[in-house]
Amino acid sequence: MQNVSAPNSEILGSFMTRTSDTTAAAEITAEPLVDFDVVDATLRVALDTGGEWAELFAEDRESASVVFDEGRVEEMNSGRDRGVGIRVTAGEVTGYAHTSDLSAHGLADAARTAAAVATRQSQGGTVDMTSLGAIALAEPRVAVLPASIGAERKVALLRAADDAARSTHKAITQVTARYGESRRRIMVANTHGVCAADDQVRTLFSVGCVASGDGGLQTGRETVGYTVGWELFDDHDPAELAERAAQRAVTKLAARPAPSGEVPVVIARGGGGVLFHEACGHGLEADLVRKGASVFAGRVGSQVAANGVTLVDDGTMGPEWGALAIDDEGHPTQRNELISDGVLTDYMWDWLRSRDDGRVPSGNGRRQSYTHLPMVRMTNTFVTNGDIDPADIIADTPWGVYVAHLGGGQVNTATGDFVFGMTESYLIEDGVITEPLREGNLIGNGPQVLLDIDALGNDFAMGSPGTCGKDGQGVPVGDGQPTLRVRALTVGGTAA
Amino acid sequence: MNGRRQYDTDELAQLAQQVCEQAQRTEQIEVCVSTGRSTTVRAYNGDVESLRSGHSAAIGVRVVEDGRQGFASAGSLDADVVADTLAAARSNVRFGEPDPHQGLAEPDDVAPPGLDLSDPAVLGVSDADKIAVAIDLERRCLAADPRISGVRVAAWSDGWSQSALASSTGICVQSEHGSCSVGAQPLATDGDETQIGYAGDAAWRPDELDIDRVVTESTSQATGQLGATKPPSERVTVVLAPPVAAAFIGVVASVLAADSVLKGRSPFADRVGEQIADERLHLVDDPTDPTTLGAANFDGEGLAARRNALISAGVLSGFLHNAYTARRSDTASTGSAVRGTRSIPGVGTHAPVVATGDIPAGMLYESIENGVLVRGVSGLHSGVNPTSGDFSVGAWGHRIAGGQLAEPFREATIASTLQRMLLGICGVGATAEPLAGGMSMPPLVVADIALSGV
Repeated sequence: MQNVSAPNSEILGSFMTRTSDTTAAAEITAEPLVDFDVVDATLRVALDTGGEWAELFAEDRESASVVFDEGRVEEMNSGRDRGVGIRVTAGEVTGYAHTSDLSAHGLADAARTAAAVATRQSQGGTVDMTSLGAIALAEPRVAVLPASIGAERKVALLRAADDAARSTHKAITQVTARYGESRRRIMVANTHGVCAADDQVRTLFSVGCVASGDGGLQTGRETVGYTVGWELFDDHDPAELAERAAQRAVTKLAARPAPSGEVPVVIARGGGGVLFHEACGHGLEADLVRKGASVFAGRVGSQVAANGVTLVDDGTMGPEWGALAIDDEGHPTQRNELISDGVLTDYMWDWLRSRDDGRVPSGNGRRQSYTHLPMVRMTNTFVTNGDIDPADIIADTPWGVYVAHLGGGQVNTATGDFVFGMTESYLIEDGVITEPLREGNLIGNGPQVLLDIDALGNDFAMGSPGTCGKDGQGVPVGDGQPTLRVRALTVGGTAA
Repeated sequence: MNGRRQYDTDELAQLAQQVCEQAQRTEQIEVCVSTGRSTTVRAYNGDVESLRSGHSAAIGVRVVEDGRQGFASAGSLDADVVADTLAAARSNVRFGEPDPHQGLAEPDDVAPPGLDLSDPAVLGVSDADKIAVAIDLERRCLAADPRISGVRVAAWSDGWSQSALASSTGICVQSEHGSCSVGAQPLATDGDETQIGYAGDAAWRPDELDIDRVVTESTSQATGQLGATKPPSERVTVVLAPPVAAAFIGVVASVLAADSVLKGRSPFADRVGEQIADERLHLVDDPTDPTTLGAANFDGEGLAARRNALISAGVLSGFLHNAYTARRSDTASTGSAVRGTRSIPGVGTHAPVVATGDIPAGMLYESIENGVLVRGVSGLHSGVNPTSGDFSVGAWGHRIAGGQLAEPFREATIASTLQRMLLGICGVGATAEPLAGGMSMPPLVVADIALSGV
């Protein structure tokens, strides 16, 4: 089962932490995390011990977060992690060992451990180290490293958000604002000559508000996060974010119970990309397809969605939350069209699954950290524009639910059944958006929902940053879509 | 020193104390250090698919000064990293803001339960044996039913960890333990339809793993869902199967943590002493039972772990506290600080337990004319709002008609509020069924839940 949820500073906080007051300019250096001669020696150990193919993945991660709660700085955290994972394959068997001991001796130990399980059936491999000296390095994508900004400026933004939320409405009784930054440097080298590095910086700001009314407590939340540095705040004002979060909580105080049963659902631009992440994204991951655990297995070339629906996964889409220069196997990310005008064109691939199918990887091999094996993951997944004015979609809906904002979701890839939470939604009556609705989950079946999209707007937008969980690993992802309507989705409300 | 240096728990405690000894006159320092190793084996098509193993080390340093708190952590115990982490925590303190209740736990007079949890059995399992368990688990799932067409995941995992926590307030505790687990995700196929099941178990010792239950539960989930259809939308009586009941009780227990109460984020604030659930519900948090993986001698701040009643005969007994929330509430910590090495201690449960009721297993559905047995839920993380109490989650299982289990259903949701659900409990099973990790839970019967389908 896979799920995606809104990110929070715990995710960032678990990476690392460090704040300093040094220079403002981004310093992205090409200095390898592990010396080339040590990489070479380590991979040779792996093959000498029996592997047919070996890979070294090095990671250095720093993170920092500040939590502002009850009107004051409650937590200021920082963290640091460095480590290496060695992967060795022989036939269908993969051995993996991770260590935080980056000495030549420590890495050789890890290589032997990783290779041990592979020795049972190995034919032995060859080491192609010719490209080790020419490391492929991503262009810097960050203007200002967040770690170069003084903590007092981060606190000032949080305080501004807190003030703004509290002054929005007297019903706001509690505000939590979070700031998070992470910098993740990786290096990947393997015995087929891949040698690449990347420097991934992400910055995030979120505000959660509680409003108190006669009917109890309601919550509103807004999050902004991009694969950028401190320049995030050139384009995003924390106070405006806070006002939106506060307004969402206050609006929901007057909300009525959501309907129960099958209802036409209009999803606002950027508010529902998670629908596609769950409805079909996971089902198009080649590892799940290969094991028969996807309803989309064997469907390439078939009509799987309504005419006009084009689904793309694009890791190059900077500065979105799921953007990467290379994946965690050293392959450049790319734009992959998965569904073209309703027809399934391809799955997403990592190295292992593409090797078995005799094709090139699609840049979707990702892992949470150096302690994890990579697998097929999404990056930024979105549906492209249709040609209908979004206002016409609403006006053309006699009765239904308008979802302004979705929370997380979860999918059973074998059946395609998926749920996702409505964190802000309204009733549509006679073509007009009317009363706010209380929170609820929507449930649908992916293959059916894709065919049931009967209106696609021309107002594409990406949505909030997400953390996608699969087999216990979380990675940052983005999603987006234009305003669209699904003929019928089951709304899990409590109203008759 | 390097990342692979082996420490025993005494050495870890010594390291933690050495850092604490650097506390300046106005400073409090708390240090948590840990080392661990783990292995995960996955089997596929009768062979090992992957074997992953590794060593880890971690340090978390919390500094409190003048009511301000800073925290820093790192994934290494190298001397320079330890020094950097202390420096970072001190730097972070500068930007914290004073809270008179902020501070580390002070030793209290509660004795820890004295559990011996460091059973070395898991250390004696060879890689070959781990592989054999995973391969056998896959084989047994495939053999359980002709409709089982594959097993997406058949896995063995184990881990061994050592940790120590010391503070400048005089706390110094250590622990060492291992555990192991298995999990399976079999696929059942009938024609064009495929369903997936999941079950797992976890235990202190390999011989305590109930692999029979994992095979039976995971494969029956998958085969039981074949032919499932979408149910009509109506208000029904719901039987929550033990794993689902445990998931909901976990959410209820989380909103009884004092931090959410103090911050006005719990629907149960100011309700102590009141009836918040049907009188059939008794809920305690009991980390003193050594048979569960929730067992512990100490909480996340080094205080004795203890048994805490949360709901007694439906009446809210009290909230769970760590040192901070207790100080702020003018009460004592309940030993309910929960943390990882690399996070600030929060408040939560160790091992929530629901007392069994009086409905024998065979009579569970007898009085239900129209209802559903919910065997699984999805979207708990997005579908439960712990502040408002509203919940709406995906559900699958079987219909109940005329007192009998009937056809399977899927693609539906169940919705209510936590407050109404607790008061709507109208039956508790007499038998607690085993769950992963030595936990057990009786099924719960809840009236008047909105089922949404067609």
